[in-house]
Amino acid sequence: MAAPRAGTGCGHWFSILALGVTLLKCLLIPTYHSTDFEVHRNWLAITHSLPISQWYYEATSEWTLDYPPFFAWFEYVLSHVAKYFDQEMLNIHNLNYCSSRTLLFQRFSVIVTDALFVYAVHECCKCIDGKKASKELTEKPKFILSVLLLWNCGLLIVDHIHFQYNGFLFGLMLLSIARLFQKRHMEGAVLFAILLHFKHIYLYVAPAYGIYLLRSYCFTASKPDGAVRWNSFSFIRLISLALIVFLVSALSLGPFLVLNQLPQVFSRLFPFKRGLCHAYWAPNFWALYNALDKVLSVIGLELKLLDPTEIPRASMTSGLVQQFEHTVLPSVTPLTTLICTMTAILPSVFCLWFKPQGPRGFLRCLVLCALSSFMFGWHVHEKAILLAILPMSILSVDKASDASIFLVLTTTGHYSLFPLLFTAPELPIKIFLMLLFTIYSISSLKTLFRKEKPLFNWMETFYLLGLVPMEVCCEFVFPFTSWKLTYPFIPLLLTSVYCAVGITYAWFRLYVSVLTGCLVGKTKKQ
Amino acid sequence: MEKWYWMTIVVLVGLTVRWTVSLNSYSGAGKPPMFGDYEAQRHWQEITFNLPIKQWYFNSSDNNLQYWGLDYPPLTAYHSLLCAYVAKFINPDWIALHTSRGYESREHKLFMRTTVLIADLLIYIPAVVLYCYCLKETSTKKKIGSALCILLYPGLILIDYGHFQNIYNSVSLGFALWGVLGVSCDWDLLGSLAFCLALNYKQMELYHSLPFFCFLLGKCFKKGLKGKGFGLLIKAACTVVASFLLCWLPFFTEREQALQVLRRLFPVDRGLFEDKVANIWCSFSVFLKIKDILPRHIQLAISFCFTFLSLLPACIKLTLQPSSKVFRFTLASCALSFFLFSFQVHEKSILLVSLPVCLVLNEIPLMSTWFLLVSTFSMLPLLLKDELLMPSIVTVVAFCTACTTFFPIFEKTSEEELQLRPFAISVRKCFPRFTFLPRIIHYLFFSSVITMVLLTILTVTLDPPEKLPDLFSVLVCFVSCMNFLFFLVYFNIIIMWESKNGRNRKKIK
Repeated sequence: MAAPRAGTGCGHWFSILALGVTLLKCLLIPTYHSTDFEVHRNWLAITHSLPISQWYYEATSEWTLDYPPFFAWFEYVLSHVAKYFDQEMLNIHNLNYCSSRTLLFQRFSVIVTDALFVYAVHECCKCIDGKKASKELTEKPKFILSVLLLWNCGLLIVDHIHFQYNGFLFGLMLLSIARLFQKRHMEGAVLFAILLHFKHIYLYVAPAYGIYLLRSYCFTASKPDGAVRWNSFSFIRLISLALIVFLVSALSLGPFLVLNQLPQVFSRLFPFKRGLCHAYWAPNFWALYNALDKVLSVIGLELKLLDPTEIPRASMTSGLVQQFEHTVLPSVTPLTTLICTMTAILPSVFCLWFKPQGPRGFLRCLVLCALSSFMFGWHVHEKAILLAILPMSILSVDKASDASIFLVLTTTGHYSLFPLLFTAPELPIKIFLMLLFTIYSISSLKTLFRKEKPLFNWMETFYLLGLVPMEVCCEFVFPFTSWKLTYPFIPLLLTSVYCAVGITYAWFRLYVSVLTGCLVGKTKKQ
Repeated sequence: MEKWYWMTIVVLVGLTVRWTVSLNSYSGAGKPPMFGDYEAQRHWQEITFNLPIKQWYFNSSDNNLQYWGLDYPPLTAYHSLLCAYVAKFINPDWIALHTSRGYESREHKLFMRTTVLIADLLIYIPAVVLYCYCLKETSTKKKIGSALCILLYPGLILIDYGHFQNIYNSVSLGFALWGVLGVSCDWDLLGSLAFCLALNYKQMELYHSLPFFCFLLGKCFKKGLKGKGFGLLIKAACTVVASFLLCWLPFFTEREQALQVLRRLFPVDRGLFEDKVANIWCSFSVFLKIKDILPRHIQLAISFCFTFLSLLPACIKLTLQPSSKVFRFTLASCALSFFLFSFQVHEKSILLVSLPVCLVLNEIPLMSTWFLLVSTFSMLPLLLKDELLMPSIVTVVAFCTACTTFFPIFEKTSEEELQLRPFAISVRKCFPRFTFLPRIIHYLFFSSVITMVLLTILTVTLDPPEKLPDLFSVLVCFVSCMNFLFFLVYFNIIIMWESKNGRNRKKIK
């Protein structure tokens, strides 16, 4: 971590921060990697050795291709570099192949493609207005934002230890956000369309994009009170937007349409056969719901209100099974989650439509969309929290209230990623990285907003400090108790429920702040 | 004051880097029958745990001294014993007598790495933080910067966490650093106690002992031998004797015990140098095989003479003019003399020179960065043998970045910055045109760095010719040795011209 001298050129400190984190990424190469490593190796092999018509049919490995076509093409391009490292990794039947050269290639492919992320962060920093700029370099919002994004510990854990390619995907997203801030709407739209065809999880935030572009780009003017001026609608802009999005989609899905494989592609992309919660519960609303169900069933058994023979075995033995059957509360179907998500997203989108507040309002809506889908989505991965954390960083350096929400959200969100790394050698790394990021974010934002009221109230402080005993119990005490064998899932359950509380709280507070902003703005105008 | 959260962050960065490096391979991994330093450390735990204290240093059927016999002072042995108790608690197989030889497993590696991290966290890192906190006449930013640079010094990280040296450098260097801290802050007794602990942990700390001795003696002289100075001298002497007695207590029961320990600590019969060391003897043997030509006792005498002569001026200077600045430079130059000239030197002993050089980082940023780079480079053959190329490159680049970020290395290289002004002035009395020194040093720096980079690339990519299998490692040693000689001269110049410097400053004021 570098705290460079003030007074040197603007780009200087940024490149040092980027270099520093790149070096750290290189050091993380020998760490543990999850099955996602094999997933991506398999995709390299599929795209390299099979014709395009079989990409979405190939099923030798259980890790079938389930990302949109652009990502498949991305793997295809990578595979042509990979053959110079180790030809063997491109063999479909070479399951779980991991030579040292393969490892090196895969790790470096993540590190190198992260260049896009670095560039995007650089662009985002330009969007921050430096009104409050203090003399001290390390207290400038730009500096803080670039550390928060570049050194984001969640991204480091997920991409460079666990192994995924989120870095450059988030790079695309941040870049498109930056373009919207810079009023280059078309570019922003194109980038987001491309992003959607790289990884469809970004559909979560698509409503924010759609409404914002429609409202603030296609309508060229608003009435003084912020309402829509219907006659300012620019048909040309709408057409060009539609055209460009259509073109991108055609480029991506066109070949499969021609091959008549679209249904197969979609069935791979949206596997609703999986359970409500991922292998380990993401800390969202359903985690709380499941936990409540469990508590009720235990109480029911104690009070003899429930018949033990009727209770499904799986729900009592483990939180790790894919299909989770509720015992007391009604079971949840994909449709329910869809309706819940929609309901949760709608108010924020309405706000964006009726009270547009420029790109900043859009960004709030985007974060709310991401968080709401995280809260109520079907089969949500805990990694999806990054989708809210990264854009939220941009908001955090601007307003003290946002900063306090951001800190609760990131700290709990990052902590909830801990179960991803369960091997002993990685334990110190994740703790160090987490402490590094948390201490930095809290202290720097406190310094930035020192003139305003304290960032945390007693309740939040208490909750965040509670993470420490939580970690101690789950990772240092629990493995030595006798419960380890009988109830191995307890630490996971505790972590996800505890974090779910924090994330729900952050979501709620953000929603309240957006809605009050929206309503206050309305009444003021009236 | 609110900037002190940066210090926490700096420490965390240091810890993260240390732990990530420790995920790499260690010396002698999977190489029976002798394995490497890692096995030595494990073996000592086995020995100290299973044998009574009287047999630790003696050859017996249970303790084959040929197989990594204990050859470090008692504190190391006690530390091993302590680790062994923890190991026993986790898995008794790790330290079972005889059967555990060459034991290797993931869990065990994790355990060993953790012991290093804990020792580092308890001794070395607090010393570094406190040292930087106590730096005088520097801004908070500079203090934090120096802490980061010292903690990121690649040599120590790679040897302790990568190679896994059989002796925890962070402990001995940490104690030495506590000693430096104590002595320079006028807590003389604490300082001497810490240094005695360092000395009893690793006998190589003798490299630092003369400056400590001279500095304390000088302080006594300054206070007046008849008054306060004498009291200090007595107190310091008592502290030293007491701490030595305490450490050696179990071995004083019999004369033979203590003698045997000493014999193990100073193995004179091992020869002038081992492997490839970047010192004078090894580099010189390219031209003339001293090791084979001269008898052992003459080698010993020669090396002793050279060492003594090379460190004499600096030590005298320190005794006459004890100041903490001269003390730090003398530490560096004495350790360097020992490294270059003394008998039986390991390539890893360069770390003993690096520590004091780290301490003067904010006084002569360019030169210390340069030296620290050369010192890491001089261990290249060792690091390559342990498959630590990747972490080496990364940590070296990180270290360079940190140094250039916090210290104006390339922007200003005046005589003042290099601390060479008094020297240049006195030379100019004879040669008025002597103004090109900074430029020459700059030029030397770049050529040295380029040589090191090129040699590294060559060593990594090319196979040496069959006739000269050691070509590259000898070249590495030779280049480093030349650099070290230059540094020895440089440090001595700074030390010898220091007093004039002080007077000049006063005149200006």
